[in-house]
Amino acid sequence: MMGFQIVVLWSDVLIWLLVAAGLGVGVLIAKNPPLLAAWRRVGANRVGMASATVLLGFILIGLLDSLHYRAQLESKPGQKAAYAVEVLSVLDALASPLRSRNEKTYSEPFATRLYAKETIDVPGQGTVRDYPRLKHGGKHLGEREDDVVEDAGFTAFKAGVLAFVGWLGVFGAVATVNRKKSPKLKLREAAFAWDAVLLTLLLMALTLVPLFWLAGQYHVFGTDKVGQDVLYQILKSVRTGLIIGLVTTLVMLPMAVLLGIVAGYFRGWVDDVIQYIYTVLNSIPGVLLIAAAVLMMQVVIDTHPEWFSTAAERADLRLLALCFILGITSWTGLCRLLRGETLKLRELEYIQAAQAFGVSSWRIIVRHILPNLMHIVIIALVMDFSGLVLAEAVLSYVGIGVDPTMTSFGTMINNARMELGREPVVWWSLVAAFSAMFILVLAANLFADAVRDAFDPRAA
Amino acid sequence: MLKVDKLRLGFSAGKTTLAAVDGISFSIEKGETFALLGESGCGKSATAQGIMRLLPAAGRILEGNVALEGEPLLSLSEADMRAYRGGRMAMIFQEPATSLNPVLTVGRQIGEVLERHLDLRGAAATERMVDLLRQVGIADPERRLTEYPFQLSGGMKQRVMIAIALAGEPELLIADEPTTALDVTVQAQILDLLAKIQVDRGMGMLLITHDLGVVARMAHRIGVMYAGELVEVASREEFFTEPRHPYTQALFEALPEISRRGLKLTTIPGQVPSLAAMPTGCRFADRCAHVMPVCREKSPDWREVANGHTVRCHWQGESAEESVTRHAVTELDIDPGKPFLQVGDLKVHFPIRKGFLQRTVGHVRAVDGVSLGISAGRTLALVGESGCGKTTVGKALLQLIQPTAGNVRLGGSELVGLKGRKLRDARRHMQMIFQDPFASLNPRLRVGEIIAEGMAALGVETEPPARAAAVAALLQQVGLPGEAIDRYPHEFSGGQRQRIAIARALAVQPELLICDEPTSALDVSVQAQILNLLKKLQTELGVAYLFITHNFAVVEYLAHDVAVMYLGRIVEQGRAEEVLRSPWHPYTQALLSAVPAPHLDGQVQVIRLPGETPSPANPPSGCHFHPRCPQAMDVCRQRYPTVSGISGTHTVSCHLAG
Amino acid sequence: MLAYIVRRLLYALPILIGVNLVTFALFFVVNTPDDMARMQLGVKRVTPEAIEKWKVERGYDKPLLLNAEAGGLASVTNTIFFEKSARMFVGDFGRAEDGRDIAREIGGRMLPSLAIALPTFILGLFVTITFALTLAFFRATAFDFWGVVLCVAAMSISGLFYIIGGQYLISKVWRLVPISGFGAGLEAWRFLILPVVIGVVSGIGSSTRWYRTIFLEEVSKDYVRTARAKGLPETLVFFRHILRNAMIPILTGVVVVIPMLFMGSLLTESFFGIPGLGSYTIDAINAQDFSVVRSMVFIGSVLYIVGLILTDISYTLVDPRIRFE
Repeated sequence: MMGFQIVVLWSDVLIWLLVAAGLGVGVLIAKNPPLLAAWRRVGANRVGMASATVLLGFILIGLLDSLHYRAQLESKPGQKAAYAVEVLSVLDALASPLRSRNEKTYSEPFATRLYAKETIDVPGQGTVRDYPRLKHGGKHLGEREDDVVEDAGFTAFKAGVLAFVGWLGVFGAVATVNRKKSPKLKLREAAFAWDAVLLTLLLMALTLVPLFWLAGQYHVFGTDKVGQDVLYQILKSVRTGLIIGLVTTLVMLPMAVLLGIVAGYFRGWVDDVIQYIYTVLNSIPGVLLIAAAVLMMQVVIDTHPEWFSTAAERADLRLLALCFILGITSWTGLCRLLRGETLKLRELEYIQAAQAFGVSSWRIIVRHILPNLMHIVIIALVMDFSGLVLAEAVLSYVGIGVDPTMTSFGTMINNARMELGREPVVWWSLVAAFSAMFILVLAANLFADAVRDAFDPRAA
Repeated sequence: MLKVDKLRLGFSAGKTTLAAVDGISFSIEKGETFALLGESGCGKSATAQGIMRLLPAAGRILEGNVALEGEPLLSLSEADMRAYRGGRMAMIFQEPATSLNPVLTVGRQIGEVLERHLDLRGAAATERMVDLLRQVGIADPERRLTEYPFQLSGGMKQRVMIAIALAGEPELLIADEPTTALDVTVQAQILDLLAKIQVDRGMGMLLITHDLGVVARMAHRIGVMYAGELVEVASREEFFTEPRHPYTQALFEALPEISRRGLKLTTIPGQVPSLAAMPTGCRFADRCAHVMPVCREKSPDWREVANGHTVRCHWQGESAEESVTRHAVTELDIDPGKPFLQVGDLKVHFPIRKGFLQRTVGHVRAVDGVSLGISAGRTLALVGESGCGKTTVGKALLQLIQPTAGNVRLGGSELVGLKGRKLRDARRHMQMIFQDPFASLNPRLRVGEIIAEGMAALGVETEPPARAAAVAALLQQVGLPGEAIDRYPHEFSGGQRQRIAIARALAVQPELLICDEPTSALDVSVQAQILNLLKKLQTELGVAYLFITHNFAVVEYLAHDVAVMYLGRIVEQGRAEEVLRSPWHPYTQALLSAVPAPHLDGQVQVIRLPGETPSPANPPSGCHFHPRCPQAMDVCRQRYPTVSGISGTHTVSCHLAG
Repeated sequence: MLAYIVRRLLYALPILIGVNLVTFALFFVVNTPDDMARMQLGVKRVTPEAIEKWKVERGYDKPLLLNAEAGGLASVTNTIFFEKSARMFVGDFGRAEDGRDIAREIGGRMLPSLAIALPTFILGLFVTITFALTLAFFRATAFDFWGVVLCVAAMSISGLFYIIGGQYLISKVWRLVPISGFGAGLEAWRFLILPVVIGVVSGIGSSTRWYRTIFLEEVSKDYVRTARAKGLPETLVFFRHILRNAMIPILTGVVVVIPMLFMGSLLTESFFGIPGLGSYTIDAINAQDFSVVRSMVFIGSVLYIVGLILTDISYTLVDPRIRFE
């Protein structure tokens, strides 16, 4: 067996830290009935739970892509083990057929031949100008190249049936558990929107299982300029999107919460200083501040190549820098919101009652103010996510997003855009990238709506 | 004229619809005022909105008929109904501050009614508007027409609302708690105005209120509502002399007043049943003192007990008076020895900043030289209308607001300017109970944590087991079950929350409790419970109260000493008997006479004050009260009167006394 | 009122100084001028002499904040901070990498930017407010529900998709208008239609939803009930009462961006080849031209602050409560 060396990128650390924080918060919520009640309301929301299921799918992909390693290179015994320069993730290993089976250049989805004519040597006929046969796509068909529709259809059907059987198993398990817990209620009437979750799972199973099954034989979304499978790029883009959407909020959250509450609670000069800081940051147009900061960051990275042992690390650092910069430009909104809310809260009678007991200011903030602002923080967290994912695409297009070597929706769109002028059009990477991003952002938006409805005290 | 027949209204939540008003019938004659009386949540406002077909989005009219002069309203199309709304029937609301559109002028808001219903425009409309404003008693109506609502005082806004309602020349006026948000002296003005207009125009009026005093002042006939049903309908005389329904009787019994001093107030046990869990029989059965088995099985039918006096009750008895034995509360008639809290010339000024450099151009003199003393075990009532600075006094005593000047002496030590540990030690001796039981408890903390907070902060009962025991004892003391300790505030009703707040304050064993209108957000029957509790605690613990209120009935029932505040200063103080029975200051006299009394013979001599309390940022020269004082003299305009003693304990600041 | 505006303007000064310090720190402290010279000249084969020459040519050879060698006032003025940052206060932005005067360039590019941004802004505002008002009018009906669903879906689509899709469909497939470019004078309209339409469409989702929330908040207020109690028809209630009040929160978000319209849109301009400030900025970013980026940051901040002041003034126009203060 080949050895490997675990590589821990900074973004991996943060993303797993986030998972741990999420679990920790979950435990805290379970102990706090008002918050739990709000999450129960989210759980009862069908649209919210359906979108949460989709999001979980994306998160799973992202997490698999956040366990990195370097494979050991073949070496003679006794020699010091050498490791590949390329940093791979568990997802890469699972999707290695997708990753490794590259074509020469563009090919359409489900194509068996390349997109462009080339001069090829055909044994016995000399050189012919024709669309060359793909190395991997539809290879198993051999000479039966015209049977793609039949073959793919049949495979998809097989996979679909299998997926349905698997889903029936899940359905049975859920139904059994549900019956044990509350014998009287039907699944449809359960407090948790199981029906929505199961329906979403069914739809996901019916599309994804055939898709990946076929992906073993065809390039289901086609290939790009350098012949890489587009589906693989989509999978890799998910992690980038998640990190931008989640880590950014994580970075800005402590600052926004602390400064917002402190400004609102203490008022006076503290408030003046904090307001000055966020007005200054706010008055610099966001894109320009990001542009300036990313450009500067790039200079730092370029002038210090010795800091990074692999390209992945360099791209990773740039990604994190982007998260930090986005965080710095986007904390002001939440900070202002929390400040305003704290100003209102501090006049409430239960705060005054605590002050009358001489409870210290910091204790009042922790015990009375922070818990009553949590809903705003949670709403902000989920609401910001979709905006950040969309922003990444735009920034990468402008050239101030992630490292060009890192796969992301933005870089995919940027690369594909150039080819729109071709005749016939190379549409597949663009459509695939936009669709995947749309599904991710739509799910995030719908989930955010469900969370907001459940947490907004006016709605409750 | 108006006939409401078996009206049922509901509110839908999701797929279920809960009936908030369940089959009520009544009628109103021309020129008659019919009062719908009931506690909060009994469906009286929903009834009014249902008649106008103005229910909120979730509201549904389930069945029944409403007819105005024989014309059925509920079957009209929405467009036809609009011709009635604001035309033949008009409505005024509880909150004048929010009920007017803030960005349109007064003239515009009245004008649209004239345009809509009388087709009046231009000069003719302006003339009519000026006329209307004059009718509702607004001086300088031409100027007011061009002003915006925020430029008017609360009472004036309600007058404008009335002018809007009158503009369409309605036959029926629905007034939904028209004076609840106003001060007593302004309330008296508005009630007078409504009564006068009604007589002049011969309108029918449906008055929605919870206040027996307002009913006594205004109504010709009264319908009492309970849990979505009418339970008793009677004429004014019958209603006040012989109330028949146990609920009506209990409402009267629960009123605090001077004759009940030293007695425990009758309370109604339990709570109004929720809409989702209405009992099948009589809805009042669970709380009724005369409950019989039949009450729980069958909803009672209407029964006529006298001409025009009908009641829905199985019980045939006469009055509750004999059956209920009142428990006398042993008054701790503590000799008002040396006060342990002495406040001298306390001032709280808030700066007004203006202009280029935000210089201080003036001060809001919220509290402007208040002196008072509180003795152990006694209750001092601090009485005044909104904006007079009484709440600020309470907060300044606790050092929640930094006083600008003056001193607060507790025992022998000065509190003003104390910081850190010393201030914390001083705070053990006094605590505060707030007005709004919903805002005064942190919704995210358990009741146990809320009560223990003060103990933790002030270092009382540091051992966890001892603290838990102390919390349990406190809960028992304020009459809450021990299992409340692990529950959250939202699971409790307003009255129960106020009990929790009292327990929290008592946790540090203070000698003085500052009660800031602790019952003003509560219904009468719940108010009685809280007043009883406060009295009981005073007897048991000997705690002194500074009772901040605008409610004279409560003062009469509870207070040993009274101080009356006007515009940041105390104008009269003394023993309760002295101030309430023989008030010297014209303001105290007016205030006392403005309170509508819940009796037939309530209004003996009425002093009506013109205008409203001026802004404390710019108080009138001389005596602050002189612009409204019926007995103002020249000297009043020039000098603020000095304090003169009427008796050893009774002082007043008025030139009449000097 | 005048005193108020003057005070706001004076308050803007420390903010602009703060902005300048932030950008200065970003451009000159994170990276030394040497780093930037190496960057511009190519990292590999660069001699110390070349770096020095590059710095002298562009005035980066001076000390950052304080020139100890120069005496008197020059110790402050003869520095990079003063030369590069403080001078922007008087409109002196210096020269770009290609030697052109930045201030002139900006002046010339403002008009094309505005030609796109202004119609997009006005049309967008009109369309979204109308749509939101319609949704609020038919609240809690199927129309409202599907309208909101449409908005959420529209919000979830990347702005890039609208541009790329619109260009492909309208210009390439249907050949209705030119795909990109800009013409002088009145001929420009043919180039403007597509970016304006795309700009409006891409903004519909989020703005409509936001305005709808504002309208619904107003609908539940007491004065609306009063208006209905007067017997006014629902349309009048909406247009006279609700719209007037809802304009106040809408204005906060809207007026502040008006001055920013001069800045143009980065994406639209670069996609459609409009020679405005947006594409200027993008080009500068891609060419790593720090002087231009710095100037744009400064101008953007100034315009933002102007927007804040305009917001306050516009409040007084719609809200009598503030007008009479």
